[in-house]
Amino acid sequence: MSDARILVIAEQEKGHLSSATTRVMDAAARLGGSVDVLVAGSQSSQAAQHAARLTGVNSVISVEDGAFDHMLAENMSALIKSLAEPYTHLLCASTTSGRNVMPRVAALLGVGQISDVIAIESADTFVRPIYAGSVLATVRSRDAKKVITIRPTAFEPVGEQSAASVSSADSTGEQGLVTFVDEQLAGGERPELGGARVIISGGRGLGSAENFRLIEGVADRLGAAVGASRAAVDAGYVPNDLQVGQTGKMVAPELYIAAGISGAVQHLAGMKDSKVIVAINSDEEAPIFQVADYGLVADLFQALPELERKL
Amino acid sequence: MKVLVAIKRVIDHNVRVRLREDHSDVDLTHAKMAMNPFCEIALEEAVRLKEQGIADEVVAVSIGDKSVQEQLRTAMALGADRALHVSCDTPVDSLGAARVLAEVVKRESPGLVLLGKQSIDSDSSQTGPMLAALTQMPQATFASKITIDGERLEVTREIDGGLETLSMSLPAVVTTDLRLNEPRYAKLPAIMKAKKRPIESLDMNMLGIDATPRQELLRVDIPRERQAGVRVDSVDELIDRLKNEAKVI
Repeated sequence: MSDARILVIAEQEKGHLSSATTRVMDAAARLGGSVDVLVAGSQSSQAAQHAARLTGVNSVISVEDGAFDHMLAENMSALIKSLAEPYTHLLCASTTSGRNVMPRVAALLGVGQISDVIAIESADTFVRPIYAGSVLATVRSRDAKKVITIRPTAFEPVGEQSAASVSSADSTGEQGLVTFVDEQLAGGERPELGGARVIISGGRGLGSAENFRLIEGVADRLGAAVGASRAAVDAGYVPNDLQVGQTGKMVAPELYIAAGISGAVQHLAGMKDSKVIVAINSDEEAPIFQVADYGLVADLFQALPELERKL
Repeated sequence: MKVLVAIKRVIDHNVRVRLREDHSDVDLTHAKMAMNPFCEIALEEAVRLKEQGIADEVVAVSIGDKSVQEQLRTAMALGADRALHVSCDTPVDSLGAARVLAEVVKRESPGLVLLGKQSIDSDSSQTGPMLAALTQMPQATFASKITIDGERLEVTREIDGGLETLSMSLPAVVTTDLRLNEPRYAKLPAIMKAKKRPIESLDMNMLGIDATPRQELLRVDIPRERQAGVRVDSVDELIDRLKNEAKVI
């Protein structure tokens, strides 16, 4: 395994390295071998300094060019392909960016791609969830170059070391295929779902968009991120980027509170790896209670304000 | 403009998946099969583009053994003008599918290719971007809104933390997310009519494509199930246990 030469493709936003990338480093460490990190974008040098201090990093390649902002797949994949030659493994987080860029990279290299890896068995054998996480598949890659996305929540963030060297590489530049127009980020004061320590999610039991304020009130007390079930999204209570589940975000916080969520398989697929699960639901038969460490059968409209008051 | 829609046959999303006894793979014998839900959204979008006069032809394509013709007939019942079956006896993986679709793109020259963002069996989200790479087309994955203005396509994408809008020239590859539209149901007369319509057929072996799966499935397992914990009687007890027992707040 120690022959592996790994390139981790970092994600950065305005010079800040994503927390998902620090977890991909943990997966890289489990592969063994030497690990380089690629940081690309208009403010890459700042994020590159951070990447260089992550435990296990051998060297950092920084490519400072606005063409790589927003991880545009067409531009990123050309850059990664130009740097791929010496590497045995190319790793990125299985975020919406990683899942957008890495299959394109794999096809340009003429190899397969292994998505959403949650465990590393050896340099060529990996475990990944299929069928909405109801089955785990152990797969062996037949490719000399392995292009992998890593589920960040299945790994731990790595610590820090004394800084590794940072070098720059030639930019492959703008491929002229796509233009970024704008973005609308939910953001605000609350942490993002992917990296949050505590998450409170609401379901159809909330009954309306207005009632989601009850969830937000508790979230603010706990410094938690707000999530939702697909039913709540489909009912139009909240935007889809809050959706936790097979068709939304996969999360694994230390504490996950499900309020008014029945516990459909597709929702459980997205949160069942949380360390502690709390379910609050008025229906004592709700399947969510079967996975909850602590279950409270109660009326949400009393329990949530009480929780907010007493926390 | 011609719109090409890729359709995958998968296990029905309501069916609970079983494993073979030797854990070599999932057991799909006698399982109810259906069109992948994200492919339904892709097809719906193509049909709407035709209804708006933006597309003039919707072509549905599926890869697999004879059974995928069932989903191609569904596609025609839902509004596809033509159906193309690329036949092969062994399943293809994402790269194999993308290579086949790239060949179909070469023959059909669509102005837009629509695919589901992922299939609910392998959950990989790969075929769309791979096809875009092989055909050197721009790509927009996880689309929740599509606007076509002449030769330009504007797509709003679902990204972590919000939405992003990209602009690109056609032809392009778009993969569809949940909120793009709500697919219609097929009407009975359309289903009956679709049964009699021809399905064009293409033998994958004649395309000269290397579709050997890039990964070998070693085994499948059911993840360890969580056990139900305790019921608490009040908010006070809940807070107490989270503080003093679980120590998470």
